[in-house]
Amino acid sequence: MTEALLLDVRNVSVTFDGFRAINSLSLALKPGEMRAIVGPNGAGKTTMMDIITGKTRPDSGTATFKGHDLTRLDEPAIARLGIGRKFQKPTVFEALTVTENLLLSLKGIRSPFAVLFARQSSRERERLAELLSLTRLESVANSTAGDMSHGQKQWLEIGMLMGQEPDLLLVDEPVAGMTDAETMATADLLREINKTRSVVVVEHDMDFVRALGVPVTVLHEGSVLAEGTLDDVSADPRVIEVYLGR
Amino acid sequence: MNAFSCQSARSFKSVVWTAGLVLLAAIVLAVASLLPESSPLHASAFVVSLAGKYLAYAMLALSVDLVWGFAGILTLGHAAFFGLGGYAMGMYLMREIGARGAYGDANLPDFMVFLSWKSLPWYWCGTDHFAWAMMLVLVVPALLAGVFGWLAFRSRVSGVYLSIITQALTYALMLAFFQNGFGFGGNNGLTDFKDILGADLHAPATRAALLVATGVALAAALLAARFIVGSRFGNLLVAVRDAENRTRFLGYRPDQVKLLVWVFSAMLAAVGGALYVTQVGIINPGEFAPANSIESVIWVAVGGRGTLSGAVLGAILVNFGKTLFTAWLPEFWLYGLGLLFIGTTLFLPNGIMGLWRPTKKNDPEEITPEVSAPEGEHP
Ligand SMILES: Nc1ncnc2c1ncn2[C@@H]1O[C@H](COP(=O)(O)OP(=O)(O)OP(=O)(O)O)[C@@H](O)[C@H]1O
Ligand SMILES: [Mg+2]
Repeated sequence: MTEALLLDVRNVSVTFDGFRAINSLSLALKPGEMRAIVGPNGAGKTTMMDIITGKTRPDSGTATFKGHDLTRLDEPAIARLGIGRKFQKPTVFEALTVTENLLLSLKGIRSPFAVLFARQSSRERERLAELLSLTRLESVANSTAGDMSHGQKQWLEIGMLMGQEPDLLLVDEPVAGMTDAETMATADLLREINKTRSVVVVEHDMDFVRALGVPVTVLHEGSVLAEGTLDDVSADPRVIEVYLGR
Repeated sequence: MNAFSCQSARSFKSVVWTAGLVLLAAIVLAVASLLPESSPLHASAFVVSLAGKYLAYAMLALSVDLVWGFAGILTLGHAAFFGLGGYAMGMYLMREIGARGAYGDANLPDFMVFLSWKSLPWYWCGTDHFAWAMMLVLVVPALLAGVFGWLAFRSRVSGVYLSIITQALTYALMLAFFQNGFGFGGNNGLTDFKDILGADLHAPATRAALLVATGVALAAALLAARFIVGSRFGNLLVAVRDAENRTRFLGYRPDQVKLLVWVFSAMLAAVGGALYVTQVGIINPGEFAPANSIESVIWVAVGGRGTLSGAVLGAILVNFGKTLFTAWLPEFWLYGLGLLFIGTTLFLPNGIMGLWRPTKKNDPEEITPEVSAPEGEHP
């Protein structure tokens, strides 16, 4: 514990109407690390992200990010601290164009008055161009986000995540509904992103997790069941039981 | 969502045209009203004040469209702000009467003398100064909207619940203004105005000037609204309207975003109300009636929600229809209005402005943020 942790979630529990969705869960992440989280449906993966991003308050336990107590902050404050989140169901602003979506995501102006009088800076223009090329959305830059394919929306949302320049990205099921080629391209993209940022990625797709080649945490019934390389955890009898026993 | 996406550049060019037309129409009518009565182009005082009333209503509609069309706040209480603006202007006009009232009291308006009040209530102080009264027109509704919006948006009240409390707000104001002791003339409201800034309110030149002033105010409001919705803030409003939670995770505070546009919108409505009173010559608690707020939403729906120009068009057309209808079949107007609303919702979901814009094929749904786009992961 001497090394400074970027994210430190300890012994967190959450109960919904008597149902314990998260049960004494702990998760620690060092700066620059990428972690894959797997686990059956209802294991609590999304709820864990809800806690880290301030959407859900834990009943007990602590969550700190860069030394800040996340359980005392609301969603915008946490986002401004440097945690970006991609939702399980892609949520982009459908009525806006791809570029407008990205522009809103760009780190910087957040107060309503400042937004009202904001003019696009040359720095912002450069960032937009970078993000469009990173997410391969240049050709649809001025199309309405609502008209994008599912995969394109996923990428747009990852682009918006990058626009925030967060230190930590929480990515919930990024390849759901993608073709194999798109899935592999997304793995490459996340590895590229991980060169400069820490990433927590939740995914059911094992080929994708394998392609990431990062340590894996297995969640089950709200707590950590196993941790290690993908090969280690998939050889773990308890993990096999959880997955096959269903 | 496509109704809005097809104008995705959101430049709102039509708004500039609308502003120009409004201004032109106001000036032409004003000039026509000053022609000698023998001239075939002469516009009567009735027509001028009717036009002024329509333009004031259009301002109310515009303010409703700003919050409903762009921030997804279905307000059913905007007449509250319109009415407050009207009362603030009415206070000034009452004071202008001076000793010319029925009781000849230089200080107290007639209704206060009638209630045998000895002095002006404190909140009437300074209302004999035009500038102070104009400040009240803007500040009182802004404060009320600010407090109301701050409480509502911060507690994340939205959708139908928000609509209901806006309705309750205007209803409460109506009840309060009905009270004689509230100091605004009770039932009868404020009326019998004589002049404004020393100019006779019944003189054709004053009426013409007021019509032009209303046209200028509406045109300026249109351009200001266009600036807002065309800016990055406008994109943010649409983002908040369609996926409020998502904006939080980007670091925005949607409650503040909504509060800003809500307060601005309340001020626009108030200016409309103030101009209305100068031309209609009376303001009474009936202006706060819940039905008035609902009517203003219908104007916007008929013209086309989220288009700005449509709000103005809808307000003018529906009120023109109302003028004709009430002269002809007064008891059926409400049914007509109801049918118009149902018809618009069914056949013209994007209002009259929707006729101009090619709607895309497979247009899935009309935006109703409180119904569509559940953003959470959990049902
Ligand atoms: N707000 C809530 N209210 C009630 N129950 C909830 C809430 N949030 C989560 N749950 C429950 O908590 C459990 C964990 O849900 P969660 O969405 O975190 O699982 P998950 O691991 O993300 O599953 P999936 O792989 O299906 O996305 C589920 O049983 C879910 O129904
Ligand atoms: Mg999930």
